[in-house]
Amino acid sequence: MAARPDNQWPLWEVFVQPPGGAPFEHAGSVHAVDAESALQNARDAYARRGEAVSIWVVPSAAITASTPEDVGPFFDPGNDKPYRHPQFYSVPRGVRM
Amino acid sequence: MMPDTSAAEREFEARIAAGETIEPKDWMPDGYRKQLIRMMSQHAHSEIVGMLPEGNWITRAPTLRRKMGLLAKVQDEAGHGLYIYCGTETLGVDRAELIDQLLSGKAKYSSIFNYPTLTWADIGAIGWFVDGAAIVNQTMLAKASYGPYARAMIRICKEENFHKRQGYEIMATLAAGRPEQRRMAQDAVNRWWWPSLMMFGPSDKDSPNSAELTKWGVKRKGNDELRQRFVNLTVAQAQAIDLTLPDRDLKYNAATDNWEIGPIDWDEFKRVIHGEGPLNRERLAARNRAHADGAWVRAAASGYAAKHAAEATSDAA
Amino acid sequence: MDDATRAALVQYLLRCGDDRLVLGHRLSEWCGHAPILEEDIALANLALDLIGHATLLLKLAGETEGAGRDEDALAYLREAIDFRNILMAELPKGDFAFTIMRQFLFSVASLYQLEALVRSTHAELRSIATKALKETRYHVRHAGEWALKLGDGTEESHARAQAALDALWRFAGEMFLMDEADERLVRAGIAPDLAPLEPKWRAQVTDVIERATLSVPASGYMQRGGRVGRHTEHLGHMLSEMQILQRSYPGAIW
Repeated sequence: MAARPDNQWPLWEVFVQPPGGAPFEHAGSVHAVDAESALQNARDAYARRGEAVSIWVVPSAAITASTPEDVGPFFDPGNDKPYRHPQFYSVPRGVRM
Repeated sequence: MMPDTSAAEREFEARIAAGETIEPKDWMPDGYRKQLIRMMSQHAHSEIVGMLPEGNWITRAPTLRRKMGLLAKVQDEAGHGLYIYCGTETLGVDRAELIDQLLSGKAKYSSIFNYPTLTWADIGAIGWFVDGAAIVNQTMLAKASYGPYARAMIRICKEENFHKRQGYEIMATLAAGRPEQRRMAQDAVNRWWWPSLMMFGPSDKDSPNSAELTKWGVKRKGNDELRQRFVNLTVAQAQAIDLTLPDRDLKYNAATDNWEIGPIDWDEFKRVIHGEGPLNRERLAARNRAHADGAWVRAAASGYAAKHAAEATSDAA
Repeated sequence: MDDATRAALVQYLLRCGDDRLVLGHRLSEWCGHAPILEEDIALANLALDLIGHATLLLKLAGETEGAGRDEDALAYLREAIDFRNILMAELPKGDFAFTIMRQFLFSVASLYQLEALVRSTHAELRSIATKALKETRYHVRHAGEWALKLGDGTEESHARAQAALDALWRFAGEMFLMDEADERLVRAGIAPDLAPLEPKWRAQVTDVIERATLSVPASGYMQRGGRVGRHTEHLGHMLSEMQILQRSYPGAIW
């Protein structure tokens, strides 16, 4: 049987918002032909146990991601700017901030 | 632009040694990628094929509660297959290709699912032993070095616990029931115990992939260690419901605090792995049939989407 | 509640419960054999919802009857002639088009029935309907979406979807048949009059069928008998399989 593999539909990434005002989190992926069925498939696969109040689905191809080569230029500079953190600043003892 | 491979490999191994998580876009040795694709896809295939022995009893489940419980369990297994296939796809392989490997017989899946479910008690035995063994294995894999695999395992471990409890509850109920039910339960234990122990695979020294998987932080514990953990947990559970594990050599070693088992018939394991188990052909035939019968459905969805995507574009123009 | 109303209510609850038990059972037959993994999960979800609704309805039926029968006794120990589901529910699952079109026709009717039942004078029935309504909305959405995809997908899917509709149509009318038991419950405010629901159902299914580029079959004589225990040959076989363990080991605990 030399035919090429049959189609399993395009890949979508699923983001789920848990209850209580928490941020959306990446839950995994599903296969679907369009947004409506991606949403339904995501609901069936990732929200069976009351973990979601909202779902986002995005075609995997639409996601732009940083690469490992970016790690240095993108993220290291953020690690040595102490003036962005509250502990850098001294205030008199006993004063409520 | 191309990294010096041996330096990259050393750096990779240092990351593994430091307990770092490897993510899809990170550089990884070709061997690591290949091993993970193999291991993850086989795991996913196992979940899918695993729906068949249990699915065999959904229409005959003896109460509405058991019917819903079993259906929910099998649904979870489909979901687990989904999570793991999606995790595998992060390594740059399409699910269609993976499924093709399963259906053509190129890929393996857990040998346990080549055994038949002959009675309702088999459903209890599978939940108790097979899911029980899977939990031991998956708890370890939740710390695997590859991020998407570890995260899929964490999600699965949360869901798997109900599977094992459901199976054990079924066995406990049967063991406390009519003589015919006790007999059914004991018979299922007799048939499923040894194949469940084989799920952990041969001793690592006899297991071809173990060394690499351990070096790369995918396997964190050896097969024998995991198997021992499962045995220790299960012996007490069997005693609690007065069912006998079919092992004349089973004995407690006070010095090691381990229950020592008798010899495993690795010839049976090899036979089943190589296609001579009771239901290898039937399992693959069932999956092939579902796939072939479903081709027109998958094509319909794609056809519809293509037509309506074209409309959306022309509306916008 | 007077005896006649009580007896009518038991019949009604058996009818509603059996519809969902039998249909849920047919859906569960797909488990492990669906066209794609996502649909194995979706069909199992539908089956679970329906069997869940059936469990609540049959439990209430047994309690209302007051003869000591619980939902399992009703599901596993009645003969086919004592089942009260519509014929459409017990037909074999067929191909995916048949399953989807049947689900769509049933779920839309169920939707209108449940929307009315949330206003029932019977508190427990209201409560069951409220829960079932949410899930049924999702069933309509899922089955409706597939009806569109099958009707307007490929030539083959279109042909199969039309064949399914043609085969199902003469069974659909039974969903709206009423008898004296129903009339009594309508007067008591317990169950809805199905007559005004039928045109709403027809409008909604016609809309989807036409958007799916399919044709609404001509309506002729509607097959019936399920509501009074006169079933097709299919139900007996289905129950033989479903009830085997309870029949083989009477009184055993599982």
